[in-house]
Amino acid sequence: MRQMSWFNVTSLTLGFAFLYLPMLILMIFSFNESKLVTVWAGFSTKWYVELINNRAFLDAAWVTLKVAFISSTLATVLGTMAAIVMVRAGRFRGRTLFSGMIYAPMVMPEVITGLSLLLLFISLGMDRGVFTIVLAHTTFSMCYVSVVVSSRLVSFDQSLEEAALDLGSTPFEAFRLVTLPIIAPSVVSGWLLAFTLSLDDLVIASFTSGPSATTLPMKIWSSVRLGVSPEINALSTIMILVVAVGVVTASLINKRNVLRQRREEAAAAKLA
Amino acid sequence: MRRLLIVIPYVWLLALFIVPFLIVFKISLSDTAIAIPPYTPTLDVSAGFGAIRDFFLELDWENYIWLTEDDLYWKAYLSSLKIALISTFLTLLVGYPIAYGMARAPEEWRAMLFMLVILPFWTSFLIRVYSWMGILSQEGYLNQFLLSIGVISEPLVILNTNIAVYIGIVYTYLPFMILPIYAALEKLDISLLEAAEDLGCSRFSAFWLITVPLSKQGIIAGSFLVFIPTIGEFVIPSLLGGSRTLMIGKVLWEEFFSNRDWPVASAVAVVLLLILIIPIVLFQRNEQKQREAGK
Repeated sequence: MRQMSWFNVTSLTLGFAFLYLPMLILMIFSFNESKLVTVWAGFSTKWYVELINNRAFLDAAWVTLKVAFISSTLATVLGTMAAIVMVRAGRFRGRTLFSGMIYAPMVMPEVITGLSLLLLFISLGMDRGVFTIVLAHTTFSMCYVSVVVSSRLVSFDQSLEEAALDLGSTPFEAFRLVTLPIIAPSVVSGWLLAFTLSLDDLVIASFTSGPSATTLPMKIWSSVRLGVSPEINALSTIMILVVAVGVVTASLINKRNVLRQRREEAAAAKLA
Repeated sequence: MRRLLIVIPYVWLLALFIVPFLIVFKISLSDTAIAIPPYTPTLDVSAGFGAIRDFFLELDWENYIWLTEDDLYWKAYLSSLKIALISTFLTLLVGYPIAYGMARAPEEWRAMLFMLVILPFWTSFLIRVYSWMGILSQEGYLNQFLLSIGVISEPLVILNTNIAVYIGIVYTYLPFMILPIYAALEKLDISLLEAAEDLGCSRFSAFWLITVPLSKQGIIAGSFLVFIPTIGEFVIPSLLGGSRTLMIGKVLWEEFFSNRDWPVASAVAVVLLLILIIPIVLFQRNEQKQREAGK
């Protein structure tokens, strides 16, 4: 192994400092005593206490989690179906349109997706709230799920499924007992992706929500428009930490599962 | 069974993706009105064939003509393209050395570095943009730091200018640039570089003649992944940009929420979509070519 050159070490150090310093500073200053966010006045956790006592934030967090949970679950079901259609269904009428509809929402500017869904809900006379945000989030995140799941479906050995069918299982049983366990890790990552996309979204939620439902990003947005606030720093710190712990745990679990699966597949290949 | 599998996601996407667009297009041909909903005409199918014909007769391209007449709009489109282009280039400048360093790092570090690049992608976009507000403001951390080491004697005005927008875009879209370039560089055979150096090539010209061309696919993919979403960006110009930062995503938002001019907002959306089709098609074609080359 060649020694890393000073250039590579510098660019990595600077690069990761650039990626992480802003968030680090934000987290440090969330423990700042002073209301003036940029002047350090001693350690304090009072902004966390204020945050917990702020009903509006708690309500918004609850709405956000509800929307994220329902929409990511729906998106996982629909996205997995779409992935199976894309990879397995062969030719059918309207296939080009179908694959276009899967890819387009991912490159669409959020302002357009939001505007168009809002105009749909209005022309149907629907009351806007949690339900309409769920519909909107499901629609764009199912496309991400289907891309994640289909990349796994493409790489897996279809003869396993065929063997199950030959041995007398119904297509549904073959899916439940053979295909689903194999693609499960990608379905889980699809769900996680859909969940975070929904947690994150500001623009589409602002368009499709009504006065009855405010999500956390919408609440953050209305406070930060006026400038930096210590309460938002505290909230951001909590969100960053939750995500960091979640992602690291998920990737460790995923790594273990992938290793185990590889071992099992290798063992099965040896038997065959 | 098979039919149901196709029909359910198909109908969902038709109803919640295609139909909304047709509605946007229809409203873009309508006129603004002080009513609920604030446009005219509205289609009333129950009123019979004559009403439907009148409805179509009342639609026109007036809003699109308006877009060309008021210079706010075409300036906003041009300025979005300019900002997207410059920030894509800046992201490439910042991202390439990082991807290069990652690809040259010891094998056992790479998974860790990879995860460190992905991690910001999972954290809230809004928070990542917001974190720069405290850094770049007049009395922000950057100015405090530069004043204290004596580089500047007066605080710099960065927040609420286009410079802050560039910084915000580079920061939030950096992972999209790093990952495809890293994927291309990781596959690169180092013995090619050694051969070039043995044959008398300087390090620098070996980099230009071998490394850059072989990572071209990654550069192209990364640039599209940054360029396409930045054009319609709304959060970054609104939080970090100033009143003079003109981006079309912001114009659309204000047209809709502040001016309540739905027909014009819809026309802005349709034109934005038409502009985006070109880079999206080019990107798709590039990906297709790469997939075929990979087979």
